[in-house]
Amino acid sequence: MNPRLPNSFRSGPDERGHFGNFGGRFVAETLMPLILDLEKAYAVAKADPAFHAEMNGYLKDYVGRPSPLYLAERLTEHLGGAKIYLKREELNHTGSHKVNNVLGQIMVARRMGKKRIIAETGAGQHGVATATLCARFGLECVVYMGAVDVARQAPNVFRMEMLGAKVVPVQSGTRTLKDAMNEALRDWVTNVHNTFYCIGTVAGPHPYPMMVRDFQSVIGEETRKQMQEAEGRLPDSLIACIGGGSNAMGLFHPFLDDPSVEIFGVEAAGHGLTQLHAASIAGGRPGVLHGNRTYLLMDDDGQIQDAHSISAGLDYPGIGPEHSWLHETGRVTYLSATDDEALAAFMLLSRLEGIPPALESAHAIAKVAELAPKRSKDHLMVVNLSGRGDKDIPQITEILKGRKQ
Amino acid sequence: MTTRIDARFADLAKEGRSALVTFLMAGDPDPATSLNIIKALPKAGADIIEIGMPFTDPMADGPSIQAAGLRALKGGMTLRKTLEMVRGFRKEDDSTPLVLMGYYNPIYIYGVDKFLTDAKVAGVDGLIIVDLPPEEDDELCIPALKAGLNFIRLATPTTDDKRLPAVLANTSGFVYYVSITGITGAAAADSKAVGDAVARIKRHTKLPVCVGFGIRTPQAARAIAEKANGAVVGTALVDALRDSLDTQGRATTKTVAAVADLVGSLAQGVRGAKQAAE
Repeated sequence: MNPRLPNSFRSGPDERGHFGNFGGRFVAETLMPLILDLEKAYAVAKADPAFHAEMNGYLKDYVGRPSPLYLAERLTEHLGGAKIYLKREELNHTGSHKVNNVLGQIMVARRMGKKRIIAETGAGQHGVATATLCARFGLECVVYMGAVDVARQAPNVFRMEMLGAKVVPVQSGTRTLKDAMNEALRDWVTNVHNTFYCIGTVAGPHPYPMMVRDFQSVIGEETRKQMQEAEGRLPDSLIACIGGGSNAMGLFHPFLDDPSVEIFGVEAAGHGLTQLHAASIAGGRPGVLHGNRTYLLMDDDGQIQDAHSISAGLDYPGIGPEHSWLHETGRVTYLSATDDEALAAFMLLSRLEGIPPALESAHAIAKVAELAPKRSKDHLMVVNLSGRGDKDIPQITEILKGRKQ
Repeated sequence: MTTRIDARFADLAKEGRSALVTFLMAGDPDPATSLNIIKALPKAGADIIEIGMPFTDPMADGPSIQAAGLRALKGGMTLRKTLEMVRGFRKEDDSTPLVLMGYYNPIYIYGVDKFLTDAKVAGVDGLIIVDLPPEEDDELCIPALKAGLNFIRLATPTTDDKRLPAVLANTSGFVYYVSITGITGAAAADSKAVGDAVARIKRHTKLPVCVGFGIRTPQAARAIAEKANGAVVGTALVDALRDSLDTQGRATTKTVAAVADLVGSLAQGVRGAKQAAE
């Protein structure tokens, strides 16, 4: 199963953007020169202490970092096993982890002299974060969002417009996140001279998966330090939900070379893995889409299949390439949670801790509820609470109303 | 290695004219009609035929070609059936070059080696794969060249002189210059800019240069044919096909003729060009 384990799980990707067999740069020629420019600009920024100093300043005073590592006492007591800590990314400005990455990319865009920013969004969290930072830095912002998602994530659409962004509802294909990404790529091909594509997850052509991971790794780095302060040692397990997988990669990456730390990613199993779902690793196989090779949901002809998840942010038929590699090497275990499990977890955390999680993060909570009771009381479990549930309240109200009838 | 593409350009050079290159989606709106359309193209005046391989997520295509792909997929088109269509065409025509154009994933899933073998046997001459830049040449380009197929690369306005040699290195058959930064079916480039770009590419290669994106009319095809070795027309043909369908999106008795007639007038435009590019 694991033919060639690397010396380190943290050294990838190679210079061509490969994590093992995954990743790469599968894009149209029009975009290739810009992607090479971006790779250079990011390498220069990464090596520049002034870039990090400026970013850290904004992370502290604008985003509100560090986000707390909070011991969920009542959830721990209720489940009767592992000691559960929540990494409170939902307390960041804009309400999710997405802002960590957007801040980094906007700073790179500014260094490259780009004045127009485009983004794709599913749940709207990445769109809101992008609209927010574009407002802060006076940049033009266009957000592509599937028409289905525009309907089910209305509060975030209003927020983006209020922040001055133009939200374009995407009517092509399945009208969800993958189509929003197609449309953003079409915009980028057309406006390549002045436009920076701010990708919201650890996917797309190299250097995006690496760059987004680097910007999100602040989550795991803080967790390491905070757990050391709270318990004097490393956590025993980490859990995070995965659509493209940026909040998960941010939490996981700093711990990949600590073999004592068990790591779990949670995909969206939708109606169940034998029906419509969005679990690319559980139900897909390697293919090429949106600039990278990775696990994808597709048919025998290589046509991309519709994903389904109750959560717009996980409703994507692919996953970041580094996750595909971590799956194949066996370093990370990928599980899945259904729509119903996520809804139940949403209620559980709301009632026990007074914290309504985003439906995305609720998938991770669902697996905490399954795994924690099987662990001993001195087991330290960290779950990434990647976003807040406020945006989901209208949708959940509708679902619960429908069930009562 | 000489392919039908090389032979065709050699013949056209003798005639002193440029090529009309046509694009249509395989299986649009159904496999049988699509084969009939492709069979009608050489007689109507197409010199080189590009056949789109339908894909659910065509990232570089505009609404017309996206819709054509979805019509074809809805009609049950697959990569296997596209190759069958090529075999059907080759029963009657052994000289018109056929180029398959599309995205990598269906080929990757079919299996690269099996695809190249089957494509060569079916009578395919070249491939244009939009999402395989030179940085990914090991995937399909090098194996395709070894299998005796041309690998036709796209060059764009963002491909500068520094990058052109890398783009041209493993290109064969012809170079496809995308005249605008944008998706298929978008606005056309002006012919002066196209002429400059073609001249720039020709400083780096002896291969023929064909120009596409935004060419819709015989006049536009003629203007491009004066600057380049070929004019590629896709969206306009796909639109003519679409306009001939019934309200349920099915082919009508007018469908084949609608495409062939437009190809005929485009061919007149190309043949009326004052002189072909050197």
